[in-house]
Amino acid sequence: MELVLSVSIGVLVASGVWLTLRPRTFQVIIGLCLLSYGVNLFIFAMGRLVEGAAPIMPKGGFVDPDVYADPVPQALVLTAIVISFATTALFLVVIMASRGLTGTDHVDGSERNP
Amino acid sequence: MISPVHMIVAPILIPLVSGAIMLLYDERRRRLKQGIGLASCGLQLVVAIALILRAKDSGDAVSLYLLGDWASPYGIVLVLDRLSAVMLLLGSLLALPSLLYAGARWHRNGQHFGPLFQFLLMGVNGAFLTGDLFNLFVFFEVMLAASYGLLLHGTGRARVGAGLHYIAINLLAAMLFLLGVALIYGVTGTLNMADLATRVANLSAADRPLIHAAAVLLSGAFLIKAAMWPLCFWLPNAYSAAAPPVAAVFSIMTKVGVYTVIRLGMLLFGPAAGASSGFGAEVLVVGGLATIVFGMVGVLASQDLSRMTGNLVLVSSGTLLSVVGLALEYQSAPMLSGGLYYMFASTLAIAALFLLAEPIGRKEGGIAGLLAVTAEAYGLDPEDEVATGDVGPVIPGATTLLGIAFLTCVMVVAGLPPFAGFVGKLAMLAPAVDVAATLPFVWGHWLFVALLILSGLATMIAMVRWGIQSLWANADEPPLPMVEIASVMALVGTLVLLTFAAEPAMRYLDRTAEALTQNSVYIGKVMTTAPTGTGTE
Repeated sequence: MELVLSVSIGVLVASGVWLTLRPRTFQVIIGLCLLSYGVNLFIFAMGRLVEGAAPIMPKGGFVDPDVYADPVPQALVLTAIVISFATTALFLVVIMASRGLTGTDHVDGSERNP
Repeated sequence: MISPVHMIVAPILIPLVSGAIMLLYDERRRRLKQGIGLASCGLQLVVAIALILRAKDSGDAVSLYLLGDWASPYGIVLVLDRLSAVMLLLGSLLALPSLLYAGARWHRNGQHFGPLFQFLLMGVNGAFLTGDLFNLFVFFEVMLAASYGLLLHGTGRARVGAGLHYIAINLLAAMLFLLGVALIYGVTGTLNMADLATRVANLSAADRPLIHAAAVLLSGAFLIKAAMWPLCFWLPNAYSAAAPPVAAVFSIMTKVGVYTVIRLGMLLFGPAAGASSGFGAEVLVVGGLATIVFGMVGVLASQDLSRMTGNLVLVSSGTLLSVVGLALEYQSAPMLSGGLYYMFASTLAIAALFLLAEPIGRKEGGIAGLLAVTAEAYGLDPEDEVATGDVGPVIPGATTLLGIAFLTCVMVVAGLPPFAGFVGKLAMLAPAVDVAATLPFVWGHWLFVALLILSGLATMIAMVRWGIQSLWANADEPPLPMVEIASVMALVGTLVLLTFAAEPAMRYLDRTAEALTQNSVYIGKVMTTAPTGTGTE
């Protein structure tokens, strides 16, 4: 499981970085999405990978924390997903506005060789 | 009167509530919205003053607010210490004049100016107060989300272009922030800053590189915000494209980046951090000095006041960052307190310059002709973006007033006597020379001294050139609404007041810097404060 997760984080981040450096706004936004997926998986992995364990402990008495998953990274990743989703949506609006105002989808608002 | 316990959370709640109330009214009720906004900013100023008085008087000057009354290192805490109190004051001193200025005409140029402005302030205040890393991320995002909207306020091709770059860069910075936070949690199991500081010293040799990697990722996010070279290329474009009141209030945002660098650098890598002590200080010094040079060249190269001022933001940030780096390396509190004083003065002056750029630019001819050429060179359309209409009473003698305000701000930023900038620069230079004299073969301090003086000279040359062209060589009286000049004069008045109050202010900042280099009080307070139970009232 560790190998699959680390490879998928690596692939997501690498393709995200490459796409973000491309000159078209659509490529940039897809790159940012992939990057945020990679980051979210990374946050999740920081709570250690455990199989079949709930992140919620029963009430009352002492419970052994070893048989439960760490709930904090799960809460963090949820917040991160919401925030990155919202900001990406906002970015999409700005991209549309830029396309409408400049007539091109180049990130600088004009083609290099007109 | 709010109970003193709950006053700490007020700087976050006031803008949140007033922003939310404003959303209930549509765009036709502008006057009412502006009134709510001004009341909220005024209230924030009062609270900031009350908090700073509390931080000044109380012995250890660290007070805690436990959100939801959870025990301290486990729940999220808000921490008020001298540094956060002074940053809150700076933020509210900037916000009130900027909003007042926007009331002349700018708030009509787009939708939801008032609410976005308040949410920006909420994010800024929250970032200053929080004692938890992930909470810091959330407040950063609140601030940034509002700033995206504000930067695009008024739209136009230049703003949308600059906004596109600004948003993309800040989204990337947010990813770096998240990676750093997650890594820190993975290594130490805590996100509370004070708890983290106690754990950094006792890390195993295998974990230490990981925490350093996390710190590098985090500082990537903060230094993009603070605009350290080479992460600063977005700033002059974004700030000069923004509407003047927006640019003025944005000048606090780079200081949020600087604040987090000071806070986390001093907490995590202070003298008590064992093998990690002073980590990253060299990078801050070198990067800060490079930022000063870049900003200096930028000021000399630009011809438009708002672009010049954007570059002055870089000079100010670079100065601060190199001071922080030197303070972190040598634990020199005096330089840090001088740096904080300079930051306070230069931020206010820079905000005033952003506000001044537009009224002076309204004069016909002179610089306007030159500007058209510049705009062409940058590939911008000279768009008419100023809404026409009733702007309130217009005052006579506009050029004289604008000139006085301009000159005062330039003298503050360049660090010429008799204003506050000089006091700040002197308070940085004197300890720098002292330390440099004891370290014969270390050039960091000498380089800092030389660059600080040179950057003042460059600022002076560029600004005087611009001032002569647009204020003296051009006899037109621009139409100047009372509200606009009143808000600029409020900022200038604050600067003059700061000059006269230099002695108590420096005494306060000396103790701030002392507390930052000896962070045991902060950590102790956060780690030992017990929940209050049900008897909070």
